[in-house]
Amino acid sequence: MYNDTNTAQPAIQTHNLVKTFDTVVANDHVSFDVHKGEILALLGENGSGKTTLMNMLFGIYFPDSGEIEVGGKEVTIRSPKDAYDLGIGMVHQHFKLVDIFTAADNIVLGLDGNPVLNRKAYTQEIREISDRYGFGLDPEKKIYNMSVSEKQTVEIVKVLYRGAEILILDEPTAVLTPQETERLFVTLRNMRADGKAIVIITHKLHEVLAVSDRVHIMRKGKSIATVNTSETNQKELTEMMVGRSIDLKIDRPVCEGQCDRLKVEGLNCLTPDGVKALQDVCFNLKAGEILGVAGIAGSGQKELCEALAGLYPVASGQITFCDESGQETALVGKAPKEIRALGVNMAFVPEDRLGMGLVANMDMTDNVMLRYYDKGKGPFCDRKSSRALAEGLIEQLAIVTPGVSKPVRRMSGGNVQKVLLGREISSAPRVLIVAYPVRGLDINSSYTIYDLLNQQKQKGVAVLFIGEDLDVLLELADRIMVLCGGQVSGIVDAATTNKEAVGLLMTQFSTGETREEVSAG
Amino acid sequence: MSQTAVHEHKTPFVRIARRNTIPHTQAWLIRAAGLLSSLCVGGLLFLALGHNPLAVYADMLDSAFGGRIGFNETVRIAIPLLGAALAVGMAFKMRFWNIGAEGQILMGGIFATYFALFQHQNLPRPVLLITMGLAAAVGGALWGLIPAFFRAKWGTNETLFTLMLNYVAFGIITYLQADRWSSPQNDFPIIDMFDLSARLPRLFGIHIGWVMVLILTLLVHLYISRSKQGYQLSVVGQSENTARYAGINVGRVIMRTMLISGGIAGFVGFMQVSGADFTLNETTAGGVGFTAITVAWLAHLNPIIMILVAFFIAILERGSIRIQSTFMIPATIATVLIGIILFFMLACEFFINYRLIFRNKNISDVKGG
Repeated sequence: MYNDTNTAQPAIQTHNLVKTFDTVVANDHVSFDVHKGEILALLGENGSGKTTLMNMLFGIYFPDSGEIEVGGKEVTIRSPKDAYDLGIGMVHQHFKLVDIFTAADNIVLGLDGNPVLNRKAYTQEIREISDRYGFGLDPEKKIYNMSVSEKQTVEIVKVLYRGAEILILDEPTAVLTPQETERLFVTLRNMRADGKAIVIITHKLHEVLAVSDRVHIMRKGKSIATVNTSETNQKELTEMMVGRSIDLKIDRPVCEGQCDRLKVEGLNCLTPDGVKALQDVCFNLKAGEILGVAGIAGSGQKELCEALAGLYPVASGQITFCDESGQETALVGKAPKEIRALGVNMAFVPEDRLGMGLVANMDMTDNVMLRYYDKGKGPFCDRKSSRALAEGLIEQLAIVTPGVSKPVRRMSGGNVQKVLLGREISSAPRVLIVAYPVRGLDINSSYTIYDLLNQQKQKGVAVLFIGEDLDVLLELADRIMVLCGGQVSGIVDAATTNKEAVGLLMTQFSTGETREEVSAG
Repeated sequence: MSQTAVHEHKTPFVRIARRNTIPHTQAWLIRAAGLLSSLCVGGLLFLALGHNPLAVYADMLDSAFGGRIGFNETVRIAIPLLGAALAVGMAFKMRFWNIGAEGQILMGGIFATYFALFQHQNLPRPVLLITMGLAAAVGGALWGLIPAFFRAKWGTNETLFTLMLNYVAFGIITYLQADRWSSPQNDFPIIDMFDLSARLPRLFGIHIGWVMVLILTLLVHLYISRSKQGYQLSVVGQSENTARYAGINVGRVIMRTMLISGGIAGFVGFMQVSGADFTLNETTAGGVGFTAITVAWLAHLNPIIMILVAFFIAILERGSIRIQSTFMIPATIATVLIGIILFFMLACEFFINYRLIFRNKNISDVKGG
């Protein structure tokens, strides 16, 4: 969809942008450009500097050196306001919306202008924008009644309403179902046809190929290449992104003699507000399998994990641990310590690694000790064996750290996860619960994690894998359980199902409910 | 589109950037520089009052170290400061904002005084002193446990709670002075001086509280950095969520830690009534519980460093009393000086964690930072 503007000035162009965070060079002489009527995918692993680059264009960071040109003129962008004045808008990964306001109110919030709000006029304007690109947004709907994808739409319309000609979207598909992603792409194509310049940050290759015109690849803060999407493929892109050829296939070893390890029956949990977070959840987790859990963010995944680990109050239902000998242990209503005292060794890698699984300010030794500090007699901790264990983990899992006595918050995301998962596995668990274990990790670390999980599975551990990337779940898991609004909407065989089927299960109950809310509001 | 207007935006004059970790020695050098600068600013204050700052500082040092008596007095001031700093420091390590050490000291003093006044005839001296010390610890522990209990059970705000309990303790003392324990030989509402047997013995001219508080420092240090319970309280302080995840009973740790923290503060009350004042009155704590907060933070909650900081603050307090008579400078100047120092120390933490980048400065200059 290139047009004649392609030969003219790029909409935005950078020359040799440099940004350092102390000793880390986040952007090392990055040059790229995007034209009007073009979708550019910015591809790179986590930590490759994509977001830093975009934050400089949007005025959140200030470059150490280098130039930014908008429409051929050199500019200085000191704040998001400057960026908006230049027609640059950014949609962040985390939405910044006021829950109790309507979409329209959120969109005009913070704009200068007439002190008296003309709600009718701007609602009409917003409706027009929404119709022009096919967003299907109801400007008068309250944010708290919206699904994640609707909230994202509000953020995009907000940027358009402010006159943005250049749109930056930071990982927009991370929170969407396959169907919602497809809908987003349709609107992106409509905006491209309208002459907008669009930059989409992502690390999902098939999306890059599906939506972009060109791809700019970054690795370790450097621009690696810019290629036309039509002339490349998944393999080539991966090689440029990772720096070497890599086998993207995830193994799914078959384990014989699976038996039920954990039985969950009619599990109900309430949030502190009394809303049902989990509703009649039933499933069996087998020894030697990876049971994947799919669902839109906030469908009860967190509550399920914590309820199993004894950290979330259970309103009703049964969780039963089954031994090889057939001995059954009821776990509901027991604290983590009591569960351990019963001889049930469960390991849990929570979603919030530094806020729950680890202590960010403590060093690796102390973090490893979190699971073992109570061992041994006497009032004092045995730091020596934890230290030895930490050093062992560094060696086994190739953890990169300046030393076992540095706070873990200084480590990269992948290494933090290795510490956490390594500690949990080191306790030789029978059940392993992992929540979003590869979120924010680069490809190498992700594959290390998959391998570790497969090793555990082959040892006969029952693994519950809460995931967000359906492609990964489909390849790694033996079965996939889909959560939707706190209920199990289906348990499918991962080898025989497909993404669309799982995607439909993810929204099975919620679509109907949302419609009711609209008519009520 | 107002591109021309934007075009004129210049690079910001100064930018703030986060540093990576800097070596310990360098961090302590920055802190030393901060201390020196704060003393310079304090010197300006003396200059403004019409005195030679060097002479004033020299006089302060002389009063704090000059002669046996000067030094002993300084140590006497430092003892309760260190003790109370240990108490609050332990709570702060758990992110429990115990600003009620003042009240916990007073409650300790009250419990100890009961035995000093009414049981001294019945008990042999060592037993009496030990009983007083234990009773004081119990009194302080109780006063520390109350807010901890409410925080653990209902999530009440411990800052307000501990602060309010200070006034309750004050009130109890005023009542005891005027009514129950009022001295029969005196028209004023005061409590009798303790019997000699209820006073702490001396070692090298200072009541043996200094030995006890040093032992206590060592114990607290071991407790926090080596023991299982100390590990638990650190985890609770860093992240209650992680603590719960690790199977730590957060409420119980909070109550247990405050029991110990309050107990230490209560013991300080015992050392004050039995070692320094030989009676109980509303100045028994004398703001020690609040100054101790400064001591604890300046020492970065490290018990061993608290020894130095407490001694340093004691020098300032002792010195300020002297310069009141020599230079007619109000003794409250010590408080002002401590305030200035605290500000500078906070600024130090900023410069340890961040650096400033000025406009037009070459990037290669600042890279090493």
